[in-house]
Amino acid sequence: MIALNHLTAGYPGRPVLSDVTLSFPPGEILVLAGPNGCGKSTLIRTALCLQPRLGGEILYDGVPAETLPPRKLAQRAAYLAQSRQVPNITAGRMVLHGRFPYLSYPRRYSPRDREIARQALARVDGAELAPRPMPQLSGGQRQKVYLAMVLAQDTQTVFLDEPTTYLDPRHQLEVMETARWLAGQGKAVVLVLHDLCLALRTADRLALLDRGGLVYLDTPEAVFSSGTLAQVFGVRLGRIDTPEGPRYFYQ
Amino acid sequence: MKHLRTSCTPPHSPGRGRLLAGLLALALLSALCSLCLGPVALAPAEVLAALFGRLKGSAAAIVLHVRLPRTLGCLTAGMCLAVSGAIIQGVLANPLAAPNIIGVNAGAGLLVAVSCAIAPSAAALTPWMAFLGAMAGVLLVLAIAERAGAARITLVLAGVAISGMFSAGIDAVITFVPDALNGYSDFRIGGFANLTMDQVRPALAVAALGLLAALSLSNELDLLTLGADTAQSLGLPAKGFRLLLLGVAAMLAGAAVSFAGLLGFVGLIVPHILRRLIGEESRPRLAASALGGANLVTLCDLLSRLLFAPYELPVGVVLSLTGGPFFLWLLLKQRGGRRV
Repeated sequence: MIALNHLTAGYPGRPVLSDVTLSFPPGEILVLAGPNGCGKSTLIRTALCLQPRLGGEILYDGVPAETLPPRKLAQRAAYLAQSRQVPNITAGRMVLHGRFPYLSYPRRYSPRDREIARQALARVDGAELAPRPMPQLSGGQRQKVYLAMVLAQDTQTVFLDEPTTYLDPRHQLEVMETARWLAGQGKAVVLVLHDLCLALRTADRLALLDRGGLVYLDTPEAVFSSGTLAQVFGVRLGRIDTPEGPRYFYQ
Repeated sequence: MKHLRTSCTPPHSPGRGRLLAGLLALALLSALCSLCLGPVALAPAEVLAALFGRLKGSAAAIVLHVRLPRTLGCLTAGMCLAVSGAIIQGVLANPLAAPNIIGVNAGAGLLVAVSCAIAPSAAALTPWMAFLGAMAGVLLVLAIAERAGAARITLVLAGVAISGMFSAGIDAVITFVPDALNGYSDFRIGGFANLTMDQVRPALAVAALGLLAALSLSNELDLLTLGADTAQSLGLPAKGFRLLLLGVAAMLAGAAVSFAGLLGFVGLIVPHILRRLIGEESRPRLAASALGGANLVTLCDLLSRLLFAPYELPVGVVLSLTGGPFFLWLLLKQRGGRRV
C-alpha cells in the first residue's frame, strides 16, 4: 500500500499542496477532485516519484519511496498520464511495454509477458486492436490500449489521471467499469476526475483538494451532504436514489 | 508532437520481414558491385578469389587495398549515420533531427579545421580529430541540455547554438590560416577516395559496438517515444537513458565522420524514409535504417565513381542529388494517406 505522510508537493519555491496525509488501501477506488490547478496531477506525480517531493514522506509498503529503484517503483504503481503520446507502433506492442518493469536479461519479453499483455487487451475489450498501429485508432480505442498497458503492468496501485477526458459517455463508463473491476481484484485505484457526478457515483472515497491542501476526505454520500462541494466548486448538485445506487446531477 | 508524425504504414504488416530481407540482399549486391566496378572492372569470381587470398597480382591488390576498404567504409559510414539518425529522431521525437543537430558535425569540423591549420602535413591525424571533435561537440550539447533540464527542445536549441558557435570558429580558423581550407574542404564534402584499412578498422570496431548497444536498447528507445512520464512510470529513468542513447548516436556518427567526412544527408533521410516504410517500433526500425544507410551510401559512392569515370564526383553531391528527389517523391506519394 502507498501512503503519503504530511506530504508537501509542488515546485522548488512554489509548493502547490502541503501537509497532505492520504493512503491508498487495496480494493478501493479513491477519486481525487478539485478545481483546475489545485494540484491533483502534482500529487499523483509526486506519489509516483516522477517529480521530487518538497517535504513529508512517501511510503511504499512501509518503505520510503526514494530508497526504491525506478523498476521496483514501477512494479508497485502504474500510471496513466494525462498527456499521452501516440507513437506509430502497434497496440499490441504498446501493451507489451507495460511489462517493461519485469524485463530482465536477455531483455526480451517472455511468452508469459506476451500472454499477460494479450489478456490485458482482451480485458478492456480490445483484443482485435493488437495488430493495428496506434495512429490509426480512435481516441476511445487508444484509451483502451493505454488502460491495457496499465493492466499489463500488474501493480498493487493504479493511478489514472483524467482517464475519461475526451471520451464519449459509453467509453467513459467503460473506463469506470474497468476501474471497478481493478478494485474488485484487490488493487488500489486512484482516479483524477473532473466530472463530479461520475466521481460521486464511482468513488469509494472522495478526496477534495483546494487552496493548497486536502480539504475533505470521506465517502461520496458524506462529501455530498457536507456541502463542501458547493464551497470548493461553486456549483450545486442534486441526488436521486435509483435501484443501482445514488445518481448525482448538476442543478 | 503527434502532428509531426506523418507515417501511416501499418508497422506490423507482413511486408516487414520481406523489406528487411530485401534490404539485406540489396546491401550484399551493392557491396559486390562496389568491389567489382570501377576504373578497372573485375569479374565477381576474381573478386571472391582475391578476398579469400587465392589470387595474386594487380587485380588482387586493387580488391584488397582499394576496393575493400572503400566498400567497407561505405557500408560502415552509411550504417552508422543512419542508425545514429534513427536513434536521434526517436529520442527527440523529431523527424527533422539528424546527427548534426546534437553537435556532431560542428564539433568534428572545428577540430579538423584546427588540426589542418596547425599541422597541415599530418593528414593521418584528421580521423582522430574528427572523432574527438564529434564526441566533444555532443558531450558539450548534452551537458548544457542536462543542466537546463534535458527537455527535447532544449537539446535541439543547445545543439543549434553550439553548432553556430563552432561554425564561427571554423570560419575564423580558415580566415586566419587560409591554407587550412585545402584539408578542410575535402573533409567537409565527405568521400571515400583513398581510404585505407587502417582508417576504417577502428571505426568498424566502434560501429559494431554502437550498433549492438543500439539494438539492445531498443525497448528503452520505444519507451522514450511514449513520453518521459510514461517511460518513467514504467521504471525507465528517462533522462539518463535519453542521454545514454544520444551518447551511442554520437559514437556512431563520430565513427563515420572520422573517415568519411561530413555526410550529413544520410542521417536525416534514411531513418525518415524507413520509418515511413516499417513503422516506429525501434528494433526493426534500427535494423532497417542500418541496412538502408549502408545501401544508399554504397550505391551513391558507386555512382560517384562511375558516372564521370575516370573523374570522381564527391559522394556527398551524389547523395544529395539522388536521395533528395527520392525523399520528395515519397512525401508526395504518401500525402493522400496521412493520418493524425
